[in-house]
Amino acid sequence: MKQSSVHYKKEQIVNDVMIYAVISLSAIGVAAAVILFFVAQKFKVIEDPRIDTVQEALPSANCGGCGYAGCRAFAEAIVKAGSLEGLNCPVGGNAVMSDVAKIMGLEVEEKEPMIAVLRCNGSRENAPQKVKYEGAATCAFAHGLYSGESACPYGCLGLGDCVVSCDFDALYMDEITGLPVVIADKCVACGACVKACPRNIFELRPKGKKDRRIHVACINKEKGAPAKKNCDVACIGCGKCVKVCPFDAITLVNNLAYIDFEKCKLCRKCVEECPTNAIHEINFPPRKPKPEIKAGASEKPSPAPEPKEMPIATEIKANN
Amino acid sequence: MGGVHPPENKFSAGVAIESLPVSKRVYIPISQHLGAPSTVLVKRGDEVKTGQLIAKSSGFISANIHSSVTGKVFKVDEVMDQSGYRRTSVIIDTSDDVWDDGIDVSSELVTDISLSKQEIIQRINDRGIVGLGGATFPTHVKMMVPDGKKAEYLIINGVECEPYLTSDHRLMMEKGEEMLIGTSILMKALGVENAMIGIENNKPDAIGHLTQLAQKFKGISVHALKVKYPQGGEKQLIKALTSREVPSGKLPIETGCVVDNVGTAFAVYEAVQKNKPLIERVVTVTGKAAKKPSNFLVRIGTPISDLIEKAGGLPENLGKVIGGGPMMGKALMSIEAPIVKGSSGILLVPDEEAHRTPPKSCIRCGKCITVCPMGLEPYLLAQEIKHEFYEKAEKDRIMDCIECGSCHYTCPSGRPLLDFIRLGKNKVGQIIRTRGKN
Amino acid sequence: MGTLLTISGSPHVHSSQSVRKIMYSVFYAMIPAMLVSFYFFGLDAVRVMAISVIACILVEYLIQRYVIKGDLTINDGSAIVTGVLLAFNVPTNLPTFIIIIGAVVAIGIAKMAFGGLGKNPFNPALVGRVFLLISFPVQMTSWPVIKPLFAALKTDAVSGATLLGFYKENFDKIATTQETVHDFISAGLPQYDELGTVVSHQVLNYQDLLLGQMGGSMGEVSAIALLLGAAFMFYKKVITWQIPVSYLASSLLFAFVFWLIDPELYLNPVYHLMAGGLMLGIFFMATDMVSSPMSAKGQIVYGIGCGVITMVIRFWGGYPEGVSFAILIMNAFAPLINTSFKPARFGVVKVTKA
Repeated sequence: MKQSSVHYKKEQIVNDVMIYAVISLSAIGVAAAVILFFVAQKFKVIEDPRIDTVQEALPSANCGGCGYAGCRAFAEAIVKAGSLEGLNCPVGGNAVMSDVAKIMGLEVEEKEPMIAVLRCNGSRENAPQKVKYEGAATCAFAHGLYSGESACPYGCLGLGDCVVSCDFDALYMDEITGLPVVIADKCVACGACVKACPRNIFELRPKGKKDRRIHVACINKEKGAPAKKNCDVACIGCGKCVKVCPFDAITLVNNLAYIDFEKCKLCRKCVEECPTNAIHEINFPPRKPKPEIKAGASEKPSPAPEPKEMPIATEIKANN
Repeated sequence: MGGVHPPENKFSAGVAIESLPVSKRVYIPISQHLGAPSTVLVKRGDEVKTGQLIAKSSGFISANIHSSVTGKVFKVDEVMDQSGYRRTSVIIDTSDDVWDDGIDVSSELVTDISLSKQEIIQRINDRGIVGLGGATFPTHVKMMVPDGKKAEYLIINGVECEPYLTSDHRLMMEKGEEMLIGTSILMKALGVENAMIGIENNKPDAIGHLTQLAQKFKGISVHALKVKYPQGGEKQLIKALTSREVPSGKLPIETGCVVDNVGTAFAVYEAVQKNKPLIERVVTVTGKAAKKPSNFLVRIGTPISDLIEKAGGLPENLGKVIGGGPMMGKALMSIEAPIVKGSSGILLVPDEEAHRTPPKSCIRCGKCITVCPMGLEPYLLAQEIKHEFYEKAEKDRIMDCIECGSCHYTCPSGRPLLDFIRLGKNKVGQIIRTRGKN
Repeated sequence: MGTLLTISGSPHVHSSQSVRKIMYSVFYAMIPAMLVSFYFFGLDAVRVMAISVIACILVEYLIQRYVIKGDLTINDGSAIVTGVLLAFNVPTNLPTFIIIIGAVVAIGIAKMAFGGLGKNPFNPALVGRVFLLISFPVQMTSWPVIKPLFAALKTDAVSGATLLGFYKENFDKIATTQETVHDFISAGLPQYDELGTVVSHQVLNYQDLLLGQMGGSMGEVSAIALLLGAAFMFYKKVITWQIPVSYLASSLLFAFVFWLIDPELYLNPVYHLMAGGLMLGIFFMATDMVSSPMSAKGQIVYGIGCGVITMVIRFWGGYPEGVSFAILIMNAFAPLINTSFKPARFGVVKVTKA
């Protein structure tokens, strides 16, 4: 039995221990305070207080959509530049930018709200699978490996790099079509998907009046025959839309039509004209049946097929 | 260090090389080599002879391309290549074979090397010779040793460590003497006294045959090497033969070695002694689904489907077609793609073996580290790339990866390690290049 | 063509290795030790084994099915291995509810809480064992007396002592009296009845140690059976030489040095190797792929660390046995070892530090 053989008086132990503890702890505290004071003086960073205020006005999404590494960096850039030229927070939109402008005492021009648009409609139905891909589930790698399951070297690879890149849950892969879908209410046009897509299929386009917009859902630059061989709804570069457009908004470069959204007046003439249904209209009311057009269409040797149900062309609302 | 032992399955090792009849229409891509695509010299409707120049080298690292057939240019258009992307190609409808002037088509052996060092390099450049081991690096560039460096050894790669493939093996057996003359030519061009031919131990007949033949040639020795994949990797081969390690990020010339494939040595012989351009090569058609594994001498531009037809036709249970060997080859999008200078084999894989097992979690067994011939940590690199830590991956030497595939081969969880590392090499390469510009 | 061609990056062939095969190889390697324990400890050993394995599988299934709601991976064999290892690490007279608690801790806390197979920083079976050792010290250290299946019971004893436990208990005594370790061991290990009084002594010889004719956790007793299993794992390339060799060498060397210094005070290294869980730890638990370092160099460092810590705990720690703690401590160092000990890179000349 090893009991401690030294005996102190209880009170004496308490007094000694307590006094030493109090003294030593106080000494440490004072020393630390002095050191901290001098360090704080030495490394003091003088910052413009407006950076904090601007940062508070920003949405704190840190998505990088403005081109800066996070909201803080963007706030610093704004304060440093002293103007709002070329600086825009796509997430906050006009509301946030006008708040920022107020803080900075500047004017800001209204920017049209944008949305990410998928310029491919090579769904499993439109562009049938020719081979089966196995391997790392990333478009970036598959893009370097081969042309795609439908053999279209421009089309969506369907592995969802864009979905991963989206910080706002505004994208999901449609199981049936194998294409990503933009949820319009959630998309803030930060541009992450545009950067993530190795094939540059996404484009930021204006949301449009009443959310109505028209775009060419294809970026295939191949000639008509090979493009059409891989995908029923490819732009074949026929140029009909260019001719029909009353506003010169459509250009045809490298066998591919592109609608300039600055010039487009949403007249929808090109949509009707496109023989492969590659031009999509979104959120327009259904057309009134026009018998004379239908008659005209039936006279053609190979009439364009009736527009199919295209999940991509209808908008998905997040709220029910 | 490292390495794996995949089953060899060299079904066609004993099958003699057979000349494939010229196809009705050939597709000759203008970019069959590493470097700048060549400039097309012909247009629709032109008559071309076999061996005629149809696309000219367009830079220092580029190569001439010659017509492999006689016929009429159908058109110059984009044709789907092995990976499904469209590349500019010259499409020729063939007629009776007429060779271009000045090409010696006899099978007579020419032993005397009459050309000078400069003339040899010029001829190799002119005849469009590229490395036939798979990388298709223009050979004349390799022959020009940079200032301040000195070549000591020429190493001829007859390892053929890829399972299934036998094209180099057959070439060594049947064209051994020509190949050795080609080696002597390359030695003269490089100004080296010694050449070493490395052959894996699993080809004792080739080792014996070449050892016997090499006695007549000064300075050429044949070395038997341990059977291990990737023994035929350039850096691994240099290490095995000279015990020198190519420094990270440097070229083999740093160790005083120049490595060429046996196929290249043979092509050099034909170019220098016979004035024949690189318009045909030996291609193995094999695989577990192949009905008749064969070795063919094929004109460049022949559709792959013609080869498969000759090797017994398309199997019913075909699941995958690989251009090259099973470890480093490329899965083909379409069997209509043409044979190019770098095609060493066509592998027909039955459906039951064509699929990957779904990847499971990494169990941190470390097998990928053990087998990596470059001493890297594939599991770590794959993770870093997945999370886009490119700077970290660069520090962990992702650019040293030779893409041999040993890590994926051995991974018990079936993780696509090499897929991610390839992607990472691509991304890190871009970062390094942009850094170089700034 | 009926089927679509497959496109994937190279390589297009794969070795026959799989997680499942590795786990079942480990399981097969444990069968000899399992049979030995069934022989020496009888039906109780079968009970502990069955409960531990079933509980481990069940816990993993329930968590994957109802908590994580992910893919079921119970058929990859890792839960079975954990179950067997947990059973190997406990005495056979352990009450059923304690074994189940051990399984819940091993699978639920040490493995699934971190994300399942491959993500656990510590060896699950060892975490389970150490949890039980700390929570139920009495039950975990009362060792059943061996009663070989076909031999008649010689004594009325119901529990015995292990060599290491007995040595630890008497360490201070040895240090202060004229007696030596040898005296104690040759006098035999005490065997107790229900009331805790010594009724007999078991005298150990080397043969008993080798075969496993002694008290202890059910899996650790027979050195021969464990060696057989280890040989099988080497043959199947499930384990590499680095960890076992470095662990073995460092622990034996450590024990040997102290034994040389004072053979009367310290146990000789052969006893250290064969009594207690060192063999089991070296071949089956330190080599656990998930929680050990990845590179060969790192594995050697890890093995040495395990060996030294094991012996330090055995000599001067509070517990008679240090294997579990040593391996768990080194598990914690594994990530650090991974970042500091990289494999030898090809083509990188070693630069001497300026």
